[in-house]
Amino acid sequence: MSNEWPLWEIFIRSQHGLAHKHVGSLHAPDAEMAIKNSRDVYTRRNEGVSIWVVKSADITASSPGEKEPMFEPSNSKVYRHPTFFPMPDEVKHI
Amino acid sequence: MSSDRQLFDYLLCLGDSALVLSQRLGEWVGHGPVLEEDIALTNVGLDLLGQARLWYAYAGEVEARFASAGRGEDALAFLRDSGEFRNLLLVERPNGNYADTMARQFYFDHWHRLLLARLVQSRDARIAEIAAKSLKEVAYHVERSTDWVIRLGDGTDESHAKMQAAIDELWMYTGEMFDAVETEIALADEKIGCDVRALAEPWQKTVADVLAEATLVIPMGTWMQGAKGRGGKQGLHSEELGRMLATMQTLQRSYPGAQW
Repeated sequence: MSNEWPLWEIFIRSQHGLAHKHVGSLHAPDAEMAIKNSRDVYTRRNEGVSIWVVKSADITASSPGEKEPMFEPSNSKVYRHPTFFPMPDEVKHI
Repeated sequence: MSSDRQLFDYLLCLGDSALVLSQRLGEWVGHGPVLEEDIALTNVGLDLLGQARLWYAYAGEVEARFASAGRGEDALAFLRDSGEFRNLLLVERPNGNYADTMARQFYFDHWHRLLLARLVQSRDARIAEIAAKSLKEVAYHVERSTDWVIRLGDGTDESHAKMQAAIDELWMYTGEMFDAVETEIALADEKIGCDVRALAEPWQKTVADVLAEATLVIPMGTWMQGAKGRGGKQGLHSEELGRMLATMQTLQRSYPGAQW
């Protein structure tokens, strides 16, 4: 049995951000302490207003080896990108 | 009517306890049990250093009212000897193991929060302002050290034994926190300072509750280091403070006026 604390992935919502963003990972014995540690490791410069922590082991990731079958097929389908519509000048922020 | 000299002394008491504990926590840098704790504990140390600077800055201004000139933050921190320091004996205790450091922090944090919560009401606007700013930081310190006392106390057999030993060992230094000296009483009477005697009861209640949750036994006995007017607030310190100051002050003593 390992004596290492489990690894946690840390997500922080910044002052103006709408969504939590992954900022890194750290070790902690449980979720509560993972939050406290995140506060000290990742929000020292007033970066955040909210913290999520998730056990790294609970994240299921796509495999890098499957990159081609996963993502390549969409690469050749340019018609899926809405780039063929002329936009009126008055419409901003798109 | 209290004098500016008394106010100056009082501000040194506040600043010195924060500075000395900050330096002790700084000694953990690079030696913390895990990286995350190393950073977290240093954050607490930096909070306290910031608080010490605010108290010293104000102390220097007050000193200028009765002396030919007021000393700056650096002179107060780096150019006084241990006999001139007014910090509590508790905060100069060496770090020991992590349970020792956390027990020291736990005792201090709970006292510190009670003190600052009262100083926020001070008739002296500067004291009230510094206390209000510090109180937010200290609320987090309390949470952290309390959490560790419970985790280590209610942890493994080994962590429980070490936490209990630390709690017992440092208990005798807690009496001084509630032993008001003349200056404190004078300033408390004018609602500038805080009468620390009033903090004993709420402090003991909270500490007893936490220790019970941590499955630790609250130390008994009334023999307390620093009681009866023989303590840090009068400048009577243990030799450990001298060694700590030697390390902390060496740069300013060797290169007077050195600047970043």
